[in-house]
Amino acid sequence: MARLIRTEKEVEGRYTEQWIVVEEDALERWPEGPLAVVGREAPRTDGLARARGEAVYTADISFPGLLHTAVLRSPHARARVKRLELGAALEAPGVRGAVQPGDVECLTREPGYPGAPVAAIAADSAGLARAALERIEVEWEVLNPLLDPDEAVRRGELTTERRPYARGDLEHGLAEADIVVEAEYRTQTVLHNSMETHQAVCRWQGDTLEVYTSTQFIWGVRNAVAEQLGLPPDRVRVVCEYMGGGFGAKNDPGDYTFLAAELARRTGRPVRCALTRREENLDSGNRNATIQRLRAGARADGTLTALGGEFVASIGASGWLASTAGPMQMLYACENVETLEYGAKLNTAPMAAFRAPGFVEGTFGLECLLDELAAKLDLDPLELRRINYAHADLLDDRAFSSKNLAECYRRAEPHWARREEVRARSAGPWRHGVGLASQIWYGGGGPPSYAWIRVGSDGRATVVTAMQDIGTGSRTAMAQIAAEELGLPLDRVDVVLGDSARGPYASISAGSSTIPSMGPAVRSAAADAGRQILEIAAQRYHLEERVLSLRDGRIVSTDGGSWPLEEVTGLLEEGQILGKGARGPNPAGMRVLTFGVQVAEVAVDVETGEVRVDRIAAIHDVGRVINPLGASSQVEGGIIQGLGHTLSEERLLDPATGGVLTQTLDAYRVPTIADVPEIVTELLDLPDAHLTNLGAKGLGEPPIIPTAAAIANAIRDATGADVRSLPITREEMLRALRQAADRAAARESVGASSA
Amino acid sequence: MIELRVNGGVHRVDPAVGRSLAETLREDLGLTGTKVACGEGHCGACTVQLDGVPVLSCITLVHTVRAREVTTIEGLRDHPLVESFVRADALQCGFCTPGQIVSAAALVEANPEPSRDEIRHAMAGNLCRCGAYPKIEEAVLTWRG
Repeated sequence: MARLIRTEKEVEGRYTEQWIVVEEDALERWPEGPLAVVGREAPRTDGLARARGEAVYTADISFPGLLHTAVLRSPHARARVKRLELGAALEAPGVRGAVQPGDVECLTREPGYPGAPVAAIAADSAGLARAALERIEVEWEVLNPLLDPDEAVRRGELTTERRPYARGDLEHGLAEADIVVEAEYRTQTVLHNSMETHQAVCRWQGDTLEVYTSTQFIWGVRNAVAEQLGLPPDRVRVVCEYMGGGFGAKNDPGDYTFLAAELARRTGRPVRCALTRREENLDSGNRNATIQRLRAGARADGTLTALGGEFVASIGASGWLASTAGPMQMLYACENVETLEYGAKLNTAPMAAFRAPGFVEGTFGLECLLDELAAKLDLDPLELRRINYAHADLLDDRAFSSKNLAECYRRAEPHWARREEVRARSAGPWRHGVGLASQIWYGGGGPPSYAWIRVGSDGRATVVTAMQDIGTGSRTAMAQIAAEELGLPLDRVDVVLGDSARGPYASISAGSSTIPSMGPAVRSAAADAGRQILEIAAQRYHLEERVLSLRDGRIVSTDGGSWPLEEVTGLLEEGQILGKGARGPNPAGMRVLTFGVQVAEVAVDVETGEVRVDRIAAIHDVGRVINPLGASSQVEGGIIQGLGHTLSEERLLDPATGGVLTQTLDAYRVPTIADVPEIVTELLDLPDAHLTNLGAKGLGEPPIIPTAAAIANAIRDATGADVRSLPITREEMLRALRQAADRAAARESVGASSA
Repeated sequence: MIELRVNGGVHRVDPAVGRSLAETLREDLGLTGTKVACGEGHCGACTVQLDGVPVLSCITLVHTVRAREVTTIEGLRDHPLVESFVRADALQCGFCTPGQIVSAAALVEANPEPSRDEIRHAMAGNLCRCGAYPKIEEAVLTWRG
């Protein structure tokens, strides 16, 4: 019987409550460790299509008569459009239609950041559309932009109410402390730069709008487009079979989708609206910059007595306030914690989620502060973290569904023990050192999420669901889960995804949630089909169902009987066995989180400020691992993005105008293959006993979270310098070294005068 | 009208002056395996070979190709590197992958046993935002299976 229950859902740290209907779900838990298919390395099932260039991405979609869009964007950070004339542009060769403010909600006469869309033109080719843009007559009134986040806070220019949090009494905790450290950390604005830019192709088919788009959330785009256009949701079909990266920036439909839809309506033609790389770096979201003014107090034995922080996030013209304070509130057992977060509203492009938004930035501040504290206490940094280990959730005393961070620390020991050996490599200007940082994040997923499965007479199974594989390997993982439950080899399972018209609702691929949300639904659907197969087999072979099971593509009985699956499914000829499955609720009253630790080894040239990362060991606890091969790739990818965040990536603005100086991939420096250190990945692979029928959590975000702090702490170990601002460019490194030298000189002179 | 030699075949096309090789391949010949990710020669996604030498097709004018043989990912679909990329899991979203394989194919043609440093040197112009680099290095090292 279907049960209606209320459950908690979390995405990127934002919780909502919702009703769900749960079917009885009495699936037995799978044992720990590698099974027949799940827990075994599997090359991704769509790897060949992607590698051979056969996979069709949104960028490759084409239709007869397809028009291309060019968008007039504000060259100013803050301005007013005094006059806008499209006439001449509409007369330009190949132009088929245009839209201006008033036609589509996203177009504005008062742009609040550089790159804000003002008008758009659809033409026979992208080149003709761009050429026509030049013929739009526009007169600007240029206004002074607000670019300084502290100034925005002073003026009360905030995107949302300031967000305070407190437990215990911070001042009391600081008074109790033997040692107090205080520091200001800064993190920069980082640009996603997915290889496939944001884009959509819209085509009206009768009264149905087809949207082909590069998205992390097919169903969300369907609903958002339907709402804005006033259509019934099922009159919007969203397709994304292959997707060229998102990292959080493709959670929503985006202006480009609405522009393409409206231009398609007006012209009666299919329309593509694709951002160029430069537009991508102007107006597709970013990891917002932060300023973090932090304090920590501890007793001489290392017990934390106080943690406090004021956090200013440079949200941009709009956006949401990710939790930069989250790690400070959640990672360590400390009774007195006070945080205050501000979202500064600026004349810069709106932020978007970027792989663990808030926690990446907040972990850099907190975990560097902890090491500064450890240095003052003369305590081993790993020991300091163990002393303050949290055994229950600190926000509301909930039990953890599982927490194996202590085991991660234990597994980190051999890497941490390389310190002496690594430091001893120092020679000439090169100083070597080791640092670590912990990771905490969400990643439990949640309902609703659905999957169907059909098993044909040939004994092959097809999973059908409207989810998306954004490059994380989720398609392969779903095939593995279905294969495991149905006792089939992996090559007898297909996964149909990427189309809202041919599968049930599937959740967003964000917040490390695809596996923990969709995986249990797929297992449940496969189990439903499996039960039906065994019911039929029991009748066919005159046996009781309970003696039968599915294994190695066969139906086997406890008395030694064994029949190929096709023998039973083949009875149905064109008939099919249909299974359906839903994601069950999250464990009531428990906090579902992921944990980990990374140990970084670095070398610093103290003469030039060059920083080289030699090795990173990553130990994470994300519950059961479905595909260890794909999982290690995701860990490496997260660390490499973290490396860019730490050392080379930064959106630079012209301080006078707010113009973006780093719009191209030569100016904005993402890591290359030549920048990659040795990466050692260890996943605990311990199923969460309370979480779903899989015990699996998400892995997309955890690996990027501790990387910056681990590197900065290794730099301190190597040089004694405190780097507190990202990215750690040579200038920043040399500044930190100078500051450390000045501090040492001051200590010496105090020492000399007191002697 | 110009004649373009692509993957062993000859195509007659009539591109406008200023059209890039990438646009011609993708839009006129339907060879969409070649991806364009930046369109200005910074990322390597659009890499094809001209007479075996990797070039960036997004900043190569199609009229400058002349008699040289163009090799795209469609012409390398049976190259052992395709298998080794899949086996090593050297791709995630896969958007940069055709360009990676075209670059790597030119590398192993010239140097069948490249060292890790040689791979890093030759492949540093092919950006991968997913960070598949360690596995790409592995795939090129083990390309012969």
